Amino acid sequence: MALKNSARLLRNCNTKLNFQVKAALSSEPLFPGAKTTWTETLEFTQTSKPIPVYRVMDRRGNIIRESEDPNLPDGTILKMYKDMTLLSIMDKILYESQRQGRISFYMTNYGEEAAHIGSAAALTNDDVVYGQYREAGVLMWRGFTLECYGNNDDKGKGRQMPVHYGNKELNFVTISSPLTTQLPQAVGAAYALKGKNRIVICYFGDGAASEGDAHAAFNFAATLECPVILFCRNNGYAISTPVEEQYRGDGIAARGPAFGIHTLRVDGNDTFAVYNATKMAKELALKENKPVLIEAMTYRVGDHSTSDDSSAYRSPEEVQSWATNDYPTNKLRYYMEKKGLWDENKEKELLDQARKNVLKAFNAGEKKLKPQWTEMFEDVYKFMPKHIRSQMEEMKAHVEKYKEQYPTNKFTS
Amino acid sequence: MAVFTTRTLTLQRLSKLFEKRFISVSKTLSKDMTVRDAINGAIDEEIERDDRVFLIGEEVAQYDGAYKVSRGLWKKHGDRRVVDTPITEMGFAGLAIGAAMAGLRPICEFMTFNFSMQAIDQVINSAGKTLYMSAGMVNVPIVFRGPNGCSSGVAAQHSQCYGAWYSHCPGLKVVAPYSCEDCRGLLKSAIRDPDPVVCLENEIIYNSTFSVSDTALSKNFLIPFGKAKIEIPGKHCTLTSYGRAMEATLLGAHELKKQGIECEVINLRSLRPLDIETIHKSVSKTHHLVSVEQGWPQCGIGAEILACIMESEVFYQLDQPAQRLTGVDVPIPYAIELEKISIPQPKDVVEMVKKLLKK
Ligand SMILES: Cc1ncc(C[n+]2csc(CCOP(=O)(O)OP(=O)(O)O)c2C)c(N)n1
Repeated sequence: MALKNSARLLRNCNTKLNFQVKAALSSEPLFPGAKTTWTETLEFTQTSKPIPVYRVMDRRGNIIRESEDPNLPDGTILKMYKDMTLLSIMDKILYESQRQGRISFYMTNYGEEAAHIGSAAALTNDDVVYGQYREAGVLMWRGFTLECYGNNDDKGKGRQMPVHYGNKELNFVTISSPLTTQLPQAVGAAYALKGKNRIVICYFGDGAASEGDAHAAFNFAATLECPVILFCRNNGYAISTPVEEQYRGDGIAARGPAFGIHTLRVDGNDTFAVYNATKMAKELALKENKPVLIEAMTYRVGDHSTSDDSSAYRSPEEVQSWATNDYPTNKLRYYMEKKGLWDENKEKELLDQARKNVLKAFNAGEKKLKPQWTEMFEDVYKFMPKHIRSQMEEMKAHVEKYKEQYPTNKFTS
Repeated sequence: MAVFTTRTLTLQRLSKLFEKRFISVSKTLSKDMTVRDAINGAIDEEIERDDRVFLIGEEVAQYDGAYKVSRGLWKKHGDRRVVDTPITEMGFAGLAIGAAMAGLRPICEFMTFNFSMQAIDQVINSAGKTLYMSAGMVNVPIVFRGPNGCSSGVAAQHSQCYGAWYSHCPGLKVVAPYSCEDCRGLLKSAIRDPDPVVCLENEIIYNSTFSVSDTALSKNFLIPFGKAKIEIPGKHCTLTSYGRAMEATLLGAHELKKQGIECEVINLRSLRPLDIETIHKSVSKTHHLVSVEQGWPQCGIGAEILACIMESEVFYQLDQPAQRLTGVDVPIPYAIELEKISIPQPKDVVEMVKKLLKK
């Protein structure tokens, strides 16, 4: 402690000395608040040129600059495409099952498949993910079997709303409903992982970026030099609020430099661009212990959630145009077709198989046993306190006594 | 034996007067409406009546509100009176508080009160304390409103009751309307009040229909704060409740009535100030008390009511220890069956009252 203090004192003395020398010699501004130059022109700073969108492919899947092709192995490209396709099939089935009353709530990922898969593919399962809720593709890439039933296989023990996934082995932190709480937490986790050769990626929406927590997180990530990728999915809307009402200024990316964060804006509908961006971000985060802000520009093709009807605030034509002209999965498919990796037959086979698999998992999920009923008493605290234990014992004795009154066969024993 | 001081007696007479003035119910005319429409109408009329009043929050304007409470208001009153915000509860609560300090009368909607936690410092430390901290120079006439407590199938982080949280804090007033009449009267009083008022609504109740008396339909229908309403008179047991827990309480009371047990059901309406007078009077008559709420037991509204009884002479009027029926002491589960049994149901009310009365 004493040592640390004297080191700091010494440093202070040094800076004082330096300062005096500098002050004598330099005509540059010496304010501690900014390293800059003087000007004698009185004018407001104009907004600078918009940050461009990095892309690898054009809308028809052509590689624009050969050197930017990540040249991924065929197997990886196929997995990317299959996961993206599976994701939207699963979305369709689960969305409809909500409409049929089989699950209470759902959120689709339509239009954002490339942002999920491209970023997930550039990381390893050791890297920690903090999500918002619309990142099911990331989990899919990591090998998660998706759950909307709180049955015995659900690691979340049925405590959460649908889509609030979490999985410890896959380093995917359980989704929290209040927006943006994940951002400072992700930075904290990255701080803890510094020097351990792992990084944290934190996904958030253009709407979530307005919460105070986002600004706090940006500032901490920069000042504490944390290996974290702040990954904004800018899909144009936050429920009904369009980005023009969410912020003024050049999107979320423009905030990065203001916080002293390396920043990259990328075509979120271009799987390879997202992949390259995330890969480079990870390298930088690891090498320099620095945060990176990636703004993936995309479009939320689906409704916000099953509680939303987006025709109230945007035109069907607008949605249709994004669903057809610049759909991320189509873009990758064009590329694959040109490479001879894909054709109509393969597509048909994949769709059939994927649909069957999701339906099978879904139907099996409905039939599976529920968790042990005693689990409802668990996890309020790490160690069950006496008052909860006594209630559980009371309940156990009661259920044992009136066995025939309870559907105990529907629960794991 | 209840010992009333002269002061309470005067207060009682005063409140009688208030009752006449504010809540005398004419039986001649009435209209059925949903709670959603009752709130919508109250906001609409207050925006119309006072140029300083405006509604602000996430999705309240063009989208008509996440739960369609503000339907049509933006179309009718425009951008100046119905204001959409970026997603920052802390930000727009602070903004609205600032507007109130500058003389406007904001109605600040939280998409749900669960998200008001993002803004809780603004609500408690600024809205609730600025009058005091500024030595009376700056008041904050603002209403914070939105759905509170359990909805359905939205899990632990979306299902909390904030009755106890906010009513804990001096400087705030807290109301929890149940019926359409409550909503109209309490919300209008809140909007016209010079102090910050927290108005706790409920998403499920938005769809409930009530008949609203002619008096309550009046544009100047106000319900005074700190005045509970006796929904059903009875002589065997007093039931106190508020907000959506009123449903289970009333249904329980109806069932008990069939079994010959007459409960006096008190709709608290206002949690701060709390109408302990009415509860005292009722308990002095029924000699039994059960408080019903959806919030958690520890330091809850029931805990407060029971403590108040304990501290007064009315304590001696009780034939049995007073009881609390509350939400279960766990984060609200998502599973539908568990969610249901985590909050008081009519049969819980029936069981508890019968146990208390040894029936
Ligand atoms: C603190 C908080 N406020 C409000 C909400 C309600 N809410 C849920 S999602 C959402 C919109 C978020 O939009 P965005 O961040 O752009 O993500 P997107 O849905 O577009 O992926 C809102 C307002 C919430 N969950 N938490």
